[in-house]
Amino acid sequence: MSEPRTDAKICGMGHSMKRKEDPRFIRGQGRYIDDFVLPGMLYMDIVRSPHAHARIKKIDTTRALKIPGVLAVIDGPTLAKYNLHWMPTISADTQMVLPIDEVMYQAQEVCAVIATERYIAADGVDAVEVEYEPLPVMVDPHKSLAPGAPVLRKDKEGKKDNLAFHWQAGDKADAERALAASDVVISENVYLPRIHVASMETCGCIADFDTAQGKLTVYMTTQAPHAVRTVLALVAGHVGLSEERIRVVSPDIGGGFGGKVPVYPGYVVATFARDYHMKVELGAKKDGTMTSLKIKTVADHGYSNASANPSKFPAGLFSICTGSYDLKHAFCEVDAAYTHKPPGGVAYRCSFRVTEAVHAIERATDALAQKLNMDPAELRMKNFIKPEQFPYKSVLGWEYDSGNYGVALKKAMDIIGYDSLRSEQAEKRKKGELMGIGISSFTEIVGAGPSRDFDILGIKMFDSAEIRVHPTGKAIARFGTKSQGQGHETTYAQIVAEELGIPAAHIQVEEGDTDTAPYGLGTYASRSTPTSGAAAALASRKIRDKAKKIAAHLLEVSEQDLEWEPGKFFVKGAPQMAKTIQECAFAAYTNHPQGMEAGLEAVHYYDPPNLTFPFGSYICVVDIDRGTGDVKVRRFVAVDDCGNIINPMIVEGQIHGGLTQGIGPALYEEISYDDEGNISGGSFMDYYVPTALETPHWETDKTTTPSPHHPFGAKGVGESATVGAPPAIANAVVDALRHLGVTHLDIPITPEKVWTILKNKGVAE
Amino acid sequence: MIPAAFDYHRPDTLDEALKLLKKHGDDAKVLSGGMSLLPMLKLRLASFAHLVDIGRIPGLDTLKEEKGTLRIGAMVRQVALERSDLIRTKYPILADAIPLIADPLVRNRGTIGGNVANGDPGNDQPAIMLALGATFVARGSKERSIPASQFYKGLYSTALAPGEILTEIRIPAPPPKSGGAYAKLKRKTGDFAVAAAAVQLTLGKNGAIERAGIGLTNAGLTPVEAVDAAKYLAGKMPDEKTIAEAAKMAAAKSSPSADRRGSVEYKKEMARVLTARALRKAVQRAGGN
Repeated sequence: MSEPRTDAKICGMGHSMKRKEDPRFIRGQGRYIDDFVLPGMLYMDIVRSPHAHARIKKIDTTRALKIPGVLAVIDGPTLAKYNLHWMPTISADTQMVLPIDEVMYQAQEVCAVIATERYIAADGVDAVEVEYEPLPVMVDPHKSLAPGAPVLRKDKEGKKDNLAFHWQAGDKADAERALAASDVVISENVYLPRIHVASMETCGCIADFDTAQGKLTVYMTTQAPHAVRTVLALVAGHVGLSEERIRVVSPDIGGGFGGKVPVYPGYVVATFARDYHMKVELGAKKDGTMTSLKIKTVADHGYSNASANPSKFPAGLFSICTGSYDLKHAFCEVDAAYTHKPPGGVAYRCSFRVTEAVHAIERATDALAQKLNMDPAELRMKNFIKPEQFPYKSVLGWEYDSGNYGVALKKAMDIIGYDSLRSEQAEKRKKGELMGIGISSFTEIVGAGPSRDFDILGIKMFDSAEIRVHPTGKAIARFGTKSQGQGHETTYAQIVAEELGIPAAHIQVEEGDTDTAPYGLGTYASRSTPTSGAAAALASRKIRDKAKKIAAHLLEVSEQDLEWEPGKFFVKGAPQMAKTIQECAFAAYTNHPQGMEAGLEAVHYYDPPNLTFPFGSYICVVDIDRGTGDVKVRRFVAVDDCGNIINPMIVEGQIHGGLTQGIGPALYEEISYDDEGNISGGSFMDYYVPTALETPHWETDKTTTPSPHHPFGAKGVGESATVGAPPAIANAVVDALRHLGVTHLDIPITPEKVWTILKNKGVAE
Repeated sequence: MIPAAFDYHRPDTLDEALKLLKKHGDDAKVLSGGMSLLPMLKLRLASFAHLVDIGRIPGLDTLKEEKGTLRIGAMVRQVALERSDLIRTKYPILADAIPLIADPLVRNRGTIGGNVANGDPGNDQPAIMLALGATFVARGSKERSIPASQFYKGLYSTALAPGEILTEIRIPAPPPKSGGAYAKLKRKTGDFAVAAAAVQLTLGKNGAIERAGIGLTNAGLTPVEAVDAAKYLAGKMPDEKTIAEAAKMAAAKSSPSADRRGSVEYKKEMARVLTARALRKAVQRAGGN
């Protein structure tokens, strides 16, 4: 879609409408969890374990309870009385709410202090004295999986090892045969470290139990309020909480990025993403034709598998790892290990493990180009799935809906001036200067998902829209998703405007209140536009169908004689005989046809027939300081294709933010652990989140390849940039050091890592 | 991120502030811009029953050159230095450093007095003061001057006596043919230096170095003054070989500890690389080659 079909007044698809939610956000009028103050509200703060593994010998609350305003200290044994001390994770594992005897990772919740004021609760935490007996710590997932390793999850009856799960896709023997028959095979160990979301707003939760009505209202920073309600009903059903008496309200949220999908014990300790140790093997013929891919991953899941992945996909959609390439043979497997680290495997704006998959294939592709002494752009062009091959069935089982990869890469190369950059690089290399060019041509997989394959805890991953048109022709639309800054109030309004011709300004979008919104699985994994966005269009079309009947009634013509243009029905050949959508809406309440129900509303639960497969090509240029090893991103061009675009400005904003969150893990962010399981990088003092000053100028562009199965040809876009950017940067740095024999560097690429190479190769300043 | 309770005092005069410090002894702490102290309190790494805010005391915001001396009041905020033409034109060593201190929000509140008096070797301005040969003026029962080179005693430990407040920084105005530079490597905006080097030097008529001062940031428990390297430079022509040797000598004085910013080896090497870079720039600014 190139030009908008609607005018600026209606502001349907394709208009860069200013975000409807922004006036309240930029004026400080958003309503976040910390803005809720309820009568008699109490505050909770949490005592956390300083040890990664220890026995709790004693919790002494005497001093804490003496502080005026501290009302109670709740520990595991207290919860055990109500059988509330364990809870399920979204991945059907179990995790402690509060421990009875052992803590299993540093910073684990040990007990909770309840007080009349937030500050007093903090004082109370300070005053609780816990006596620990430190126990041996397991931090290495490889050692954890080795035979004879001590079993960590002793709570699991009969558990004899530390394997959280094993998952695989593809035909191993076939992939290995094809690798053996390849002319060239590269093998790289690629590690994606633990990182953590860094939302502006932290997680928070308020529970309000109305004893008169017997109803629990939970205000919570959650990306999936409906799922939380169901989880609450399942977890606490035995203490009398019944789902109709639970209301979950997710107010304005200041960023989620996946960190607000899971349900946490104290609903405060967020888990992490990544921590994948991948061995990647990629084979090719001499001419560069890729033949076979094999990836073996050891995933560090901490003490519990708390991933937010669809049930059938414990390693997410990692099997998208054949990427944008026409590979006929592939196999991948993941062994997930328990260790004494915080639970996880949760996403970070990664579309269910696609970041890991894209990193593996895009790094391997560059390593292959290096081994073949071929230009990495040329190698990609040669192996791309061709436009005529779509819909394309991948060897690991996905059906790519649409794509045109070569065009996107060519566009990125033209914008950045690829050939002249290569000449510049050759010149600089002669002078001993270090400059690199990195490409990432990623394929995303988003919009989970079709109910035949996708569910979380058994709940199918459809999503919903419910639209009511008021008598004056304005509308309210409610959704099962939940924006955390993505701009749903605008995007969804524009979809409805496109379909019904009601100005987007007059469509009130609401999400996040389980008492009013239709059921849905929430917002993450770039699924809102592919699912609820589609539902918005289809619900609108139901309304339009009914409005057409009303228009025919008002105009006293047959329905077949009517044509639609955004905003009105008119009689074929007599355009002056017309009824606007607003007139139809008024009639729906004042003058509806006999035999027709009054009102104008519809609800749609959209079960997508397939996922959508956005893609793009990113190219970046880096310069390396030979004295310090510091990497500067000089230019970064991002060409994205997310099908038909609803709001170009919002899409651009999503790409900008995603790219910035892409350079974070590529160059800065990491949470690591020492042998005792102590977290380093546990606060912003040493967890390096890039600021505006570290962020290069993003040069964005697009190609448009609509999704053939989505109602208006859109694909998700929220995570394309976080998925696609890190390997572009890693590839650029390796490219700068290629002539020194470097084939791989793990992210984050710190100055010291680069400097160490320069020193060892004798080229440091 | 919630501090323990404290009483907040905001005296209007220096005498009143000194009285409060005397009264509360070790329980009291001077609050200047608060950019180091408040995070420490919030993280409960430190706790004081009384904070004495010196922000409203008049006369602590001097910023002028007078009789060959640059006088900077302790309460002069980083943003004021950043915007000062005097600093920009005559004190490039400071002009280099200030935009690299934390972030704009911190520089709006943070003061030079707090930066130099806190005794944090990660702060940028102590090393600069060593390079510039600055003197700190302190007020307790009486006023006294402490040379920067004798001020830093240990980690967060300085020559300030209990009950004393740092009121002013005095820097000898650089004679003609002087140049200074600050070279800093940091992981990201807002972080302390991996390593940084402050250099101030003056060239003689023949182009040889007459006097040099070198300070290193985050290179040990205190800011490090590379005295040997500075002495080595005196009287020598600032050629590449001399600069390389001086940088090596300066780096040898550093004793950093390993953390997420880098290993000891890396940090020592960065002290060398950055000292050389700062020296080159300072020489260039002094009108040498």
